[in-house]
Amino acid sequence: MEKLRYALYTGCTARESTPELLKSTLAVAEKLGIELVLLDEASCCGASHLQDYDDFLSLVLNARNICYAEKLGLTMVTICNTCQLNTAMTKHRLDTNPELKAKVNVKLAEVGLEYKGTSEVTHFLYAIIQDYGLENLSKKVNVPLSQFNIAPFYGCHNIRPSELQNLSNGGENPYNPTSLDDLIIACGGNNVDYDAKNKCCGFHAELQSPHTAAVLTGNAISGAMDANADWMVTPCPLCHLKLDVQHHGASKAIGRDVKLPVLHMPQMVGLALGCTPAELGLQHHVTKVNFV
Amino acid sequence: MDEIKSQQVTFKLFRFNHETDYIPYYNTYVLDITHEEVILDVLNRIKWDHDGSLSYRRSCRHGICGICSIKVNGKAILACKSRLFDLIEIFGTELTIEPLSTKRALKDLIIDKEDFWDKHAQVKPFLVSDIDENPMLENLVLPDDAEKLLEADYCIQCGACHYSCPALEINDRFIGPAAFAAAFRFAADVRDDSSLERLHIVNEEAEGVWDCVKCMECAEACPKDVNPIEKITKLHNMIFSTGIAKNNVATRHAVGFAHSIEKHGLLDEGELVRYSEGNIGVLKHMPEAFEMWKNGKIVMPWNMPKSKNLDEVKKLIKSSSTVKF
Ligand code: SF4
Ligand code: SF4
Ligand code: SF4
Ligand code: SF4
Ligand code: FES
Repeated sequence: MEKLRYALYTGCTARESTPELLKSTLAVAEKLGIELVLLDEASCCGASHLQDYDDFLSLVLNARNICYAEKLGLTMVTICNTCQLNTAMTKHRLDTNPELKAKVNVKLAEVGLEYKGTSEVTHFLYAIIQDYGLENLSKKVNVPLSQFNIAPFYGCHNIRPSELQNLSNGGENPYNPTSLDDLIIACGGNNVDYDAKNKCCGFHAELQSPHTAAVLTGNAISGAMDANADWMVTPCPLCHLKLDVQHHGASKAIGRDVKLPVLHMPQMVGLALGCTPAELGLQHHVTKVNFV
Repeated sequence: MDEIKSQQVTFKLFRFNHETDYIPYYNTYVLDITHEEVILDVLNRIKWDHDGSLSYRRSCRHGICGICSIKVNGKAILACKSRLFDLIEIFGTELTIEPLSTKRALKDLIIDKEDFWDKHAQVKPFLVSDIDENPMLENLVLPDDAEKLLEADYCIQCGACHYSCPALEINDRFIGPAAFAAAFRFAADVRDDSSLERLHIVNEEAEGVWDCVKCMECAEACPKDVNPIEKITKLHNMIFSTGIAKNNVATRHAVGFAHSIEKHGLLDEGELVRYSEGNIGVLKHMPEAFEMWKNGKIVMPWNMPKSKNLDEVKKLIKSSSTVKF
């Protein structure tokens, strides 16, 4: 197989509150022989909140991020669902609206950049599944996760709106997504099914609507518990923060003690590939990962 | 002529009569369906051939009256528009048919939609305009101005988005996606004189746009591509651009991103929470922050990572900002 190369857009979270995500992403890439070039120039994607405040500014900043992937001639991979949404949305809007693209490029020219639309934007989850291939991945699994029941938590922004996401996620249906389930199986684990797996964790309203956010998080963890999961896995660091850190508030909101270890998608793959807990940053979790 | 393809499907059908039943139950039917059939055809067949007491709503059969919306395996659909073969492709051959909201069921698939209409009424979904009642000329809208509605006027009030919205499910004061789309539809109309009033309505805490969790369920559910979340984002933008944004945790949360990006390129997560909540409000996050700090999840201000070529970001923020707070 030809060596896979991508430009990695880390987003902010992986450099701050979920350092274990960046660490495990790099560890897994190394094991699989995937080259990731870090886009250190990139700025925050705005998380759909900057978009609420100043839409044009968010387009310019996200376009600038993509420019740096274009300069490298590489597909951009994201490791955060919300980064994926905002970056892919920017790309889609600029690629389908020449006038808007020209307006954004006037601004980018001030810093010597031009957005062309030549780089694809895809989440690392889908790069692994579509480009590397699940079959190739299973061949590399040397610590199959067969003793674990694992609950996939997809996170909204990789699967909705499907019109946008289907450009990069292989046509995943948001009402019955399968990618994470397939990945769990490829790692030798048992995927469990539960209603909340494709629902929202509430992260984006956490400050302004804490009760709503806490109930959604509670529903997610309790659904996974009822399905007999040993732990959960998610491709989104924002979901991870909610599920890993906020289980006290979530328990209070739904009137049931809920708590499960939650792994980032690359941490799960890393375990199956034989990475050590330290290589995957498992010590950073608030809900302790007690099974390795 | 196309050959007729057929397929055996198991339907689990929600049954409930709020006047006589204590809890709902499900009837199961195994039917052969053909590739031409939509869900409404199946409901008709069950009613006509198996159980005349089955209740559901339908009228136009053309995806335009919006009355036949129900859920199949949790996906909101128009019964008259959704082809069975498409649903089988997503869910396989076991399909569970339920009303849009099981807790609002009156009789089988028929629900009490009162909350939907109340929310609609709340945003004043009509043109408020001082017009000449005996005009000599038509009150024309230019094509460019009509475009500004972004097809929000395509809404058929089917309720698919409203009953798919998790924020509304939890917080029944939340106005919800369909009514927000209607608020935008009139607020964006050049003939309307009540835009500002409507923006104030959707700017209220607990009820308004700020309590949306951005799950995109509404965009996914809408059979008319109204894309309510896009309109909700527009309403946010209009709240800022008209200067009616209040100084509260929700607005500071949005504005805080711009401040942080200007300073670091990246988001300063801790500072965002402090800025949004204020120096006192931030205290309630301390227990979690402490847990995070203990596990190496908090970056101290002096270690805050910065984007390379930060001067570019600063320059672009200066030249490309379009809003002030
Ligand atoms: S969504 Fe979050 S992680 Fe991604 S860039 Fe924005 S702030 Fe950073
Ligand atoms: S589940 Fe919540 S936090 Fe995670 S991506 Fe979806 S909206 Fe964002
Ligand atoms: S995006 Fe907002 S309005 Fe739409 S369904 Fe989700 S919470 Fe409701
Ligand atoms: S916005 Fe779409 S889903 Fe919502 S009520 Fe209108 S037509 Fe139905
Ligand atoms: S019967 Fe009118 S929309 Fe389906």
